[in-house]
Amino acid sequence: MKICQFTNDIIASFNQQPDMLLQILIKIQRQYSFIPQQAITQLSKELLITEANIISVIGFYAFLHTKARGHYDLRVSHNITDQMLGSVKLTAMLTDKLSVQLATPRKDARVSVDLTSCTGMGDQGPAILVNGKPVVGLNKKRIEIICQLIESGTPVKQWPAEFFQIKNNIQRKDILLSDRSDNGAAIRALLKQGAQKLLQQIEHSNLRGRGGGGFKTGLKWRLCQQATAKQRYVVCNADEGEPGTFKDRVLLTTQADKLIEGMTLCAGVINSDLKRPCKGFIYLRGEYQYLYESLEQVLQKRRDAGLLGKNILGKQGFDFDIKIHLGAGAYICGEESALIESLEGKRGIPRNRPPFPVTKGYKAQPTVVNNVETFINAALIAIHGSDWFKKVGTEQSSGSKLLSISGDCARPGIYEYPFGTSIKQVLVDCGALNTQAVQVSGAAGFTIPVQYFGRCIAFEDIPTGGSFIVFNQQRDLLDMVKNFSDFFADESCGFCTPCRVGSSLLKQLIDKVHQGLASNRDLDEIKKISQLMCKTSHCGLGGSAPSSIMDTLAHFPQLYQQRLKNMNNEPVFDLDAELQQARQLNGVDNV
Amino acid sequence: MANKIKIATASLCGCFGCHMSLLDIDERLIDLVKLVEFDRSPFTDIKTIGDCDIGIIEGGVANAENVEVLREFRKQCKTLVAIGACAIDGGIPALRNGFTLKECLQESYVDGIGIDNPMIPSDPELPLLLNKVQPIQEVVKVDYFVPGCPPSADTIWTFLTELIEGKPISFTYGQIRYD
Amino acid sequence: MSTFQIFYLNGKPIPFKQGETIMDAALRAGEYIDHLCHHPEFRPHGSCRICMVELDGKSVSSCTQPAIANTQVDSSSDEMIEQRRSLLQMLFVEGNHICPGCEKSGDCQLQALAYQNKMLSPHFKHFFPKRALDASHPDVIIDFDRCILCELCVRASRDVDKKNIFCVDGRGINAKLIINSPGGKLGNSHFSADDKAAQICPVGAILPKHQGYDIPIGKRRYDQQPISEVDMDNQEKDQQK
Ligand SMILES: Cc1cc2nc3c(=O)[nH]c(=O)nc-3n(C[C@H](O)[C@H](O)[C@H](O)COP(=O)(O)O)c2cc1C
Ligand code: SF4
Ligand code: SF4
Ligand code: SF4
Repeated sequence: MKICQFTNDIIASFNQQPDMLLQILIKIQRQYSFIPQQAITQLSKELLITEANIISVIGFYAFLHTKARGHYDLRVSHNITDQMLGSVKLTAMLTDKLSVQLATPRKDARVSVDLTSCTGMGDQGPAILVNGKPVVGLNKKRIEIICQLIESGTPVKQWPAEFFQIKNNIQRKDILLSDRSDNGAAIRALLKQGAQKLLQQIEHSNLRGRGGGGFKTGLKWRLCQQATAKQRYVVCNADEGEPGTFKDRVLLTTQADKLIEGMTLCAGVINSDLKRPCKGFIYLRGEYQYLYESLEQVLQKRRDAGLLGKNILGKQGFDFDIKIHLGAGAYICGEESALIESLEGKRGIPRNRPPFPVTKGYKAQPTVVNNVETFINAALIAIHGSDWFKKVGTEQSSGSKLLSISGDCARPGIYEYPFGTSIKQVLVDCGALNTQAVQVSGAAGFTIPVQYFGRCIAFEDIPTGGSFIVFNQQRDLLDMVKNFSDFFADESCGFCTPCRVGSSLLKQLIDKVHQGLASNRDLDEIKKISQLMCKTSHCGLGGSAPSSIMDTLAHFPQLYQQRLKNMNNEPVFDLDAELQQARQLNGVDNV
Repeated sequence: MANKIKIATASLCGCFGCHMSLLDIDERLIDLVKLVEFDRSPFTDIKTIGDCDIGIIEGGVANAENVEVLREFRKQCKTLVAIGACAIDGGIPALRNGFTLKECLQESYVDGIGIDNPMIPSDPELPLLLNKVQPIQEVVKVDYFVPGCPPSADTIWTFLTELIEGKPISFTYGQIRYD
Repeated sequence: MSTFQIFYLNGKPIPFKQGETIMDAALRAGEYIDHLCHHPEFRPHGSCRICMVELDGKSVSSCTQPAIANTQVDSSSDEMIEQRRSLLQMLFVEGNHICPGCEKSGDCQLQALAYQNKMLSPHFKHFFPKRALDASHPDVIIDFDRCILCELCVRASRDVDKKNIFCVDGRGINAKLIINSPGGKLGNSHFSADDKAAQICPVGAILPKHQGYDIPIGKRRYDQQPISEVDMDNQEKDQQK
């Protein structure tokens, strides 16, 4: 099909709405492996957005391009967990065999290979995205087969099915994962009790956000309910970008009904007078695009069952429906206000606060943004009551928490624990031996040394969004620090000075330490920049980017000291490296 | 007078403007010379540096020889001072940093306008150029920075007198300038 | 006057109206808080972070933070100055700021703030990015080397000129200003030297052509007097008019 025709059809299928720009671009990208100039021009005309603006949106998302990628576009997951499973060597093997350079499509346009941030397959990596579809459990054998399939031009659809088999790896269940309630039970509870009673239940349950921030869910819903509005929105944050987190993937696979139930419940609560329309979105990270179809099916099934759509369960005026929006490779879009910008089809730059999304969110209307796990918990509370919920966990952290466990342990996967479970217990359960440290809550989280293993997963002790990466004594923790500092430099949205510049400065300095080319002065620099970022960044990304650096500096100072080239404050200046161009030139000249 | 403070100065990749500005302190120079004596410096034409109290560096680091001189200064001087824009951030010569060395040389010696005998010089006597012009603090630890292009004679005077008297440097508003 | 409440900026009482930001209230009261991406005529942006202050010990950006009654706001402690200096230094090393060769020198807000905060060197490692100059427009040149991504031109062109000529592309350290025109050159856009966007750049990134050094170096706006005094004096003069 001609680009022009294709673009027009897509635009029409999205009703020519400018806020659908990102969704439209994702479809064009999938068709052509890039966004052709012709399409940009056309989009600009039809959506009344400047071409530069469209280019700037493309430039923001890692999965969108203005230049053609290979016919097979591969993205190797570059999280530390993939690296621990050998991804660096496998990537080298891949590029070698395919004779392709990282980030540059092969001359014959057959294939391109790139690195990408954690794809959420930490328990079954190394992982790779092939034209957006995840292939897990990479090993030499698989790489070889992949190379053959590419060279022989075999369509991805015909690749061995086991390549794409994603395991759920549920290792421990508690209240959430073992719940067997009927579909619709939470909505029936809502209709029976009424919105105010139900909201009181949520508040009384002391449910707090499971996405990492830990904000009180009941209060969030109440603020949204009270805000003046033309319309209200319920948004599920399924961006799951925090390296090492994959529990939302499993929930979206196994508990989609309950998630949608929780969102519907929220709609019923925040829009209790049913006077205005209320809409929902699931913001699904681009890496999980393969779940799109199954989620759509669940939505449709629920519409057919009267659990979604107009007059839900026969209640006049209880109208609520959900659209799935895809992300396109941007960790920052997990931050709720950036997520909302992205939902509006824009670059995912975090907004200034106040106003908060609960009063001015999507399209400047009151919006609840909650994590997948939070909505499911809300549904359970509606069904079983807040007292039931509070029986699990600790005084200040009621309920359970799903952990995504990866790294050096015998049984990686999903573990659901009551809050208050100790790190030690978790390590025993997952079969971790000789553990040196655990990185809890991902790249933005905490590096926990052995002496803290008695501490607990809880909001009042070690809070977490769910990532739990185990490092045994053989690991070099500085590999992790380096991986994370690369991650933040890549993922900084670039809006504010300290994070835009600081994350790249940190990356350079950590590289220097890693290569053994740093001096004490560089360590001072690292500390200074880290503090500045924590204090002055516009959003949580910049604020938490230095966290693994500061934690390892505090608990594992020898990691750094060992590698210093100069123990004093003299900079390390690599004269040979700096003369490399001149020597090369002279060499050439002398011939 | 015994125990005069020993100062050495050098111009690396600079234009001697900062040295000229130092001379611009005019008759105050006489006061200064009562307190200090110059070791290696373009003023003295001494070519090797001995133990010094203060080393003053003008100009950024653009070639292998600059690195050598700078390291020598750091070794011999108790206090090392970066004076002027070029020493502090590379200055005008750092304009070349957006290009590869090859592009620079090609433009200067081959493709540029009005070149008679196009050829990139490669005499082994010539010091090798660095990939990029670097501020001196990338190569050695620097104790003080005196900005300006060049810093005014007043700025230099304030700096030197306060440094010699062991006071903290207290530039007035107009004394900190980058142009 | 009963609608006014009070907070304290460096110990001085500052009256404010409900909802007003710390920055707006302070400026109105004749108290300068260092800033770059903020401009009283535009909605607060909050990206440069130069205006960070401590509000009862908590770090906030004064251009976006609504003032709160009876709080203590600190912008002048040594720690605050040091923090600002570091942020300014980051802006210097991110681009290529060669002041001796810049027409804006002496009239540049980045430089003036650096003077005011006694920045003696850019301190951090320079990125030395390669960014091409755009001289395609007959009356205006854009030197991207000096752009600090304050987005004032973006806002002015979008909100005042209604031309939407600028936007920021890329992310992280690769974020860059781009121009809406065929080929991305300013000369092919509808930009005009009379645009608000042509007057608003706080640094020497967007400069008029055909004039240079009309006012000699040394006699320019911020050469003799710190930006805090110059700006507050100007504000006073404007108010008297
Ligand atoms: C940089 C950054 C990334 C984030 N990523 C996610 C994410 O992937 N998923 C998520 O649920 N919350 C994420 N959050 C937290 C959200 O901003 C927000 O607090 C959360 O979605 C609220 O839902 P909850 O209260 O149910 O946890 C992120 C926050 C920041 C600062
Ligand atoms: S902290 Fe980083 S991610 Fe957040 S707004 Fe600033 S630049 Fe963007
Ligand atoms: S824009 Fe300002 S800081 Fe940058 S070079 Fe010009 S005068 Fe210096
Ligand atoms: S060109 Fe000037 S006004 Fe525009 S973003 Fe850059 S620094 Fe700001």
